[in-house]
Amino acid sequence: MLLLALILIPILAALAVFAKLPARTITLGAAGINLILGLYAALCPTCAGTMDVLVLENPAISFSLGLDGMSAVMLSLTVIVTLAAALSGSCPDGRERLWYASINLIAAGAIGAFVSTNLFFFYAFHELALIPTFLMIGILGRGGHERVNIAWKTTIYLAFGSIILLGGLILAGIQLEDLSFSSLQPVAEHQNAIALLLIIGFGTLVSLFPFHSWAAPAYASAPAPVAMLHAGVLKKFGLYGLLRIGLAVAPDGMKHWLNLLLVLLLFNILWMGLVTINQKRLDNMLGASSVMHMGYIFLAIGAAIAAGGNIVDPTTQSLTLAASAAVLLMFAHGISIALSFSLADRIEAKTGTLEMNKLGGLAKAAPKLAFLFGLVAMASIGLPGLANFAGEIMVFFSGFEGWSPEQALGPVQITTIIAIWGVVISAVYMLRAFRNTFHGPAADRCASASDLTFAEKAPAILLSLVLLAVGLCPNLLLNLLK
Amino acid sequence: MLYNYLEFIVVGIGLILLMWEAFASPKNKATLGLVGAAGLAAVLVLLIIGSCGSHAQEAPAWMSRFYGHDHYSAFFKGFALISTILVLLMSIDFQSVLNKFTSPDGSDENVGEFYCLPLFACAGLMWMASAKDLVSIFVALELVTISFYVMVTYMRRNVGSLEAGAKYLILGALSTGFLVYGIAWVYGATQTTHLPSITLGLSITPDQAIEYAKLYSFAHANPSSELAEALATHNLHHVHSLQSISSSPALMFGLGLIIIALGFKVGAAPMQLWIPDVYQGAPTPITSFLSVASKAAGFGVAITILRPFLAAESTSSQVALILVVLAGLTLLYGNLAALAQTNFKRLLAYSSIAHAGFLLIGLATSQFAAVSFYLATYLIMTFAAFFVLAIVRTQDDSDEIDTFNGLGKRNPLLAVALTIIMAAMAGVPLTAGFIGKFLMFEAAFSHLQTVGWLVISLAFLGAISGFYYYFKIIKAIYWHDPKSETPIQVPLISKLAITILCLAIILFGIIPQPIYALIQ
Repeated sequence: MLLLALILIPILAALAVFAKLPARTITLGAAGINLILGLYAALCPTCAGTMDVLVLENPAISFSLGLDGMSAVMLSLTVIVTLAAALSGSCPDGRERLWYASINLIAAGAIGAFVSTNLFFFYAFHELALIPTFLMIGILGRGGHERVNIAWKTTIYLAFGSIILLGGLILAGIQLEDLSFSSLQPVAEHQNAIALLLIIGFGTLVSLFPFHSWAAPAYASAPAPVAMLHAGVLKKFGLYGLLRIGLAVAPDGMKHWLNLLLVLLLFNILWMGLVTINQKRLDNMLGASSVMHMGYIFLAIGAAIAAGGNIVDPTTQSLTLAASAAVLLMFAHGISIALSFSLADRIEAKTGTLEMNKLGGLAKAAPKLAFLFGLVAMASIGLPGLANFAGEIMVFFSGFEGWSPEQALGPVQITTIIAIWGVVISAVYMLRAFRNTFHGPAADRCASASDLTFAEKAPAILLSLVLLAVGLCPNLLLNLLK
Repeated sequence: MLYNYLEFIVVGIGLILLMWEAFASPKNKATLGLVGAAGLAAVLVLLIIGSCGSHAQEAPAWMSRFYGHDHYSAFFKGFALISTILVLLMSIDFQSVLNKFTSPDGSDENVGEFYCLPLFACAGLMWMASAKDLVSIFVALELVTISFYVMVTYMRRNVGSLEAGAKYLILGALSTGFLVYGIAWVYGATQTTHLPSITLGLSITPDQAIEYAKLYSFAHANPSSELAEALATHNLHHVHSLQSISSSPALMFGLGLIIIALGFKVGAAPMQLWIPDVYQGAPTPITSFLSVASKAAGFGVAITILRPFLAAESTSSQVALILVVLAGLTLLYGNLAALAQTNFKRLLAYSSIAHAGFLLIGLATSQFAAVSFYLATYLIMTFAAFFVLAIVRTQDDSDEIDTFNGLGKRNPLLAVALTIIMAAMAGVPLTAGFIGKFLMFEAAFSHLQTVGWLVISLAFLGAISGFYYYFKIIKAIYWHDPKSETPIQVPLISKLAITILCLAIILFGIIPQPIYALIQ
């Protein structure tokens, strides 16, 4: 029941917002309650219980909810980012209903997707979250009329990804006993086709090269809470699905396409890394960097595929190194990218622009903003002590797991060695962005900017504390995965 | 008792309304629509009571040669009744447009018959659902089609409506010709038009046929014998011809002609040519009636006629192949053509072709329950869409998509409703439309041998392009600025209907079992 409540609270909050009740109070209340309930459920998955209601007899589809280590981590990520998103951004006057109802619905969809233990509802809840995302970008997005084109492109891209994904899921589903996660197992036929459909389908949703071009403009244009929720939480749906379902139903098929995946993820890391360096606007840069960082998580998935596709170690019953690395980095990236978008939105609110050559010296006028942005820049470069470092280092280790120096380098090892250079690229663009925005001669618009107020700081502090806590003690999360 | 005579009651209500209109001439013609809808609702109650009672309800002997009951007939009868009720209700709110195009002074003196005609079509649809013989199917289908000829042309002072009527008449007559000719060939090949006899004939060998004939003649000679009772309990005593039927060129030719005729009804490519023009020209309530009831009738008849042929080993692969080819062409044509539409009514016309493509996949793979389910969800979504269209059409006098620009500002609740409807049409999960598509994809993948990768790919491409053209409406509603700022008023009946239909879309999207239970 607890899990059902987690989904229903934001949906009811959205309905209440539609019914013209005070939008901000209700949304913050719902997000706060969900944060407490969600973390409680994540720490004690057995207390969260399970649920199983048959909604269709033939083919058997049931509405089932449940929690295990991996979904507990994703659930915590969702509830944390949701509260931060509800606190971030500035809603245009008169659009409170749309703004807060969308945040609630996206949160409900994301939570639903991560706590569902049935393929059907896992897929369905994700789509529920996408619709308000499109609408918000199109209605309240930045960038004048261009926002409509950006929103439209995102809609079509993600619809394409979803349908391809649906094809893969059904092709696998008809060969399984039923659609619940507990009966997922390698299927007898069409593994290669299933794996390809899932890689393209999930990959489009996660902006895997070459299906990535929607992501950066969409995040740059989206209102801050939507960018935070999509880049931070919703995008992880694809990676979670690939780990959880792709590897379970088609391990051999995945192995068949492993080399393709490795090449594509290198494009994500290196090609998108170079694209990121070339960005002139801070929001475009953050959007492109989030596409780039997906490459590392795909690398962890690649390592899991190469290790045989079993994400649970049969002897210890805990997640394998590669799978834990992927989950940890998903969490870290989700928190750090949400924090970046929240702060970037504040920079625009204070200075009126996000073009880096029009900014400069903001640190003098807004030292708190500068400190927090510096923190998140360090996190996304991968500085030890922050969550992303723990994730990335584990990913690189997992690339070499089971390899010994006597052996020749395999494709995964070679990819890992090349991918490590991505860290250098991240350092270049992040540090340059930080310097251009906060240091150097103060631009007029920056000199007169005010610093963050308490309300503006609140989401950033929440997210920074999580980054620090997980960075200093990754076992907080890794213990959940056991 | 009344259960076997529901169609007669519907015709009776229609005749009473006609007489009332002719001789008593009610002050407000919309009363006719309300009374008609109430009458049909009563018939629906009778249907529900009758079908809940027991399924062993036997048709009386004089009609049992042509008329029978099963789960499907009850489902399709309910389908016809609900569609007709919704059409009558929609017509009431649409009446101002009808007035304008039926009488020179814009009064309602000429719209009375408009509320009577749908009842006759409804009776035809109901008879069709229960028909057991190719001839009675044909007769019932003609009752429906002829009522439709009149309804499509009803706005007689509107050129578009007249053009639609002429096209519908010519192509309808052509399809009737195909149907009769096809029935004649099937009769020639099987010696019977009685579908249960055909079903039995397809399942036995010539030797068995001789044995069975002996048994039957014994049973007829001794009506009180155990054998006669056993035949009666298995509903086999109505078998009129005992011939073993095997696949022959003549039979396949006849079936091919029948499939072509039904292809006209359901809008399967390449027999879909009439659909866009007729849908666009016909009065909006009639467009929705054509799009839902007429299509469902086509599929209902296709299920009745093709079921034995799809089940029999000797004919199944050939019939399924024809249907799969049609499905592929229909999906390709419907979805590609819908992409470029700028008129909402034409868009819905092409989308109805695309939906027919998905339904044909279900038919070819013999997933009749899934086909019925898809039709039920299609009814809900399509009527909801046409209710919204009818409101906008009466107020802004245009069906173009850009009329919907900025609907989110002009009437936010109507905009939310249309968003739900379009999302359901596109097949977004947690709406009824998704479950329908899901079942079709599942059917296709489970019968990979029959359907083939090519048609499956076309279905997926179709689903993706569906997102494009349905979301185009959502894009117009929210992302574009309105052409006029006047708020849109929604009349009470439409408001109720749209609310109920939208709630049904979501409810059956989350818990589809209730509809499924009706069929199985």
